[in-house]
Amino acid sequence: MAQMSFRDALQQAMAEEMARDSRVFLMGEEVAEYDGAYKVSKGLLSRFGEKRVVDTPISEAGFAGLGVGAAMAGLRPIIEMMTWNFGIQAFDQIINHGAKMRYMSGGQFTMPLVFRAPNGSAHMLSSQHSQYVEGMLTNIPGLMVVCPSHPADGKGLLKSSIRSDNCIIFLESEMMYGDKGEVPEGEHIVPLGQARIAREGQDVTLVSWGKALRGVMRYLSSLEDELGLSVEVIDLRTLQPLDEQTIFTSIAKTHRMVIVEEGWGFASVGAEIAALVGCHSFDELDAPIERLASAFVPMPYNEHLEKEVLPSRQKLKVLLEKLTYQSRS
Amino acid sequence: MSLQASSKAPDDYQADFLISLLQDMIFYRRFEERVLVAYTKMKFAGFCHLHIGQEGLCVGVQRAIDPQDYVITGYRSHTQAIAKGIPARDVLAELFGKVSGCSRGKGGSMHMFSREKRFYGGHGIVGGQVPIAVGMAWKIHYNEENHVVVCYLGDGAINQGQVYEAMNMACIWQLPVLFIIENNLYGMGTHIGRTTSVGAKTLYKRALAFDMAHSQVNGQNVLDVYQQVNKLVKGMREAPGPHLLEALTYRYKGHSVSDPSLYRTKEEIQGYMNHDDPIKNLSDKLIQDKIASKDDIKQWDKKVKATLKTLEASVDKDMDPELSEAYEHVYS
Repeated sequence: MAQMSFRDALQQAMAEEMARDSRVFLMGEEVAEYDGAYKVSKGLLSRFGEKRVVDTPISEAGFAGLGVGAAMAGLRPIIEMMTWNFGIQAFDQIINHGAKMRYMSGGQFTMPLVFRAPNGSAHMLSSQHSQYVEGMLTNIPGLMVVCPSHPADGKGLLKSSIRSDNCIIFLESEMMYGDKGEVPEGEHIVPLGQARIAREGQDVTLVSWGKALRGVMRYLSSLEDELGLSVEVIDLRTLQPLDEQTIFTSIAKTHRMVIVEEGWGFASVGAEIAALVGCHSFDELDAPIERLASAFVPMPYNEHLEKEVLPSRQKLKVLLEKLTYQSRS
Repeated sequence: MSLQASSKAPDDYQADFLISLLQDMIFYRRFEERVLVAYTKMKFAGFCHLHIGQEGLCVGVQRAIDPQDYVITGYRSHTQAIAKGIPARDVLAELFGKVSGCSRGKGGSMHMFSREKRFYGGHGIVGGQVPIAVGMAWKIHYNEENHVVVCYLGDGAINQGQVYEAMNMACIWQLPVLFIIENNLYGMGTHIGRTTSVGAKTLYKRALAFDMAHSQVNGQNVLDVYQQVNKLVKGMREAPGPHLLEALTYRYKGHSVSDPSLYRTKEEIQGYMNHDDPIKNLSDKLIQDKIASKDDIKQWDKKVKATLKTLEASVDKDMDPELSEAYEHVYS
């Protein structure tokens, strides 16, 4: 299996799907001649030509709506936003149109449309470039929300997303485009709606996704020994629809849960999971559910302040100690 | 009834063609009037935006385009849907929330759809349909087809930002989309003169920002509409590219049925009814040219009313959707 960066895995997924289906095209700011703001679309213009790899004006609402119309008429657009923060400009088209067209037409239209962009904080980008949109967009029926945490899933989930007849919100990360991992060649498909066990464990179930999960895996490599714990990590991969069963099954084994997300915790994906587990698996729990999320403030610019408000190894350690009754307080 | 006939007029306008235009306009007006009565009888609820007074536009445009062309509009969508070929029965059933409605009773007044007839809605967010129209035109461009997209928008919609994003893209890629502003002078209760800097009856000037071809037509004259749109669409098939057409028109009823129109005078409304009504304009011409008599027109009107009465009685018997329908069509 080839070692590949996250960005190349995503590029490979798009290239393979474009070669497979002539209705698939990529549109967005700087995706063609510039090769992508983060080089995810590198080489696609020269391979597929300017009709299928299209530079747009800086008009997120406009080209998001173009994607909706093209999908209704039978094409399969991939719409790249430079970041989901800019994608917020397109929320009218995504929420009012893309998510609802099938439903309010009584099922006449499908919506084979992927919106993909980096999500969440990178490094010192301040308040308007560091937002997490999964809490907002998982709350909309008609949207599917997908968030890979490593290159192989990036490829497999993006291929599934492009083949889906649903309106897909695909969440990437600027900080992860350079991550390397083994990526299967060719037809590698990861189905939507299925979580994976990223690490097996006995004592605690930790649920996370995307960049937060990547952080968790790094912290746990030393934290487990330090605390004498075995943590089972669930990588959700798809946030809407949620693979509830994988979570319930793990809790029946560990009887403890911590949820780690980098977005704000109020009415968030983490809040929903806590509610689901509280309702469904109350009798299985040996301790209150713990949650780790960003502080409820806009993202500050200063590096120390940014670290302060995001989840960290230390914050996770405190919660794991509390969850397993190891804390002194 | 000549409703939904797609026969094209010869240049000299055969009598049959003119008569069919008039009959269609009468049908649309009586349809909307019947809808209003049904609404006041509480046969259905929700928002309900009527097209009364603006019939000249959808009839004129319908005769100028082909069934394979696409139409998309805002929330004033009942008669536009019928004009694009959705049976009036299916539109009425949709208004009544029946499973036999063109959107299975899940869309309602603002969301008429037919994929088959290429009527792409029926959209409730002002201006939201405009980028979608450009996407439909992108598909025509992408597949190298010879169709066009007609995108209606109201005068109020021209102040929405995404409308300009979409028009700019239609221009840079020369996409075959005919934007038609239905300028009925009021964005809900606000006169368009108060919300635009280019003049209340010169909204076509907004095209200048994109160097886009543009023109204006009297929407109350169905023949002018037909003639101009016919020419524009023919040109668009030969050399694809967008065009902004401003149609001057007027609505007699409120923005929606709950609007008592306190922002304008009765005299203003009456003025249009007496002097610039699309049905009256064509009726006068037919009578003057001895193509039809006043009696003929009365008879057609009577027949339309009877047809609609039967139609409504039949729709009344249709079923509501099963409760399980609430959970369908969210995802594939």
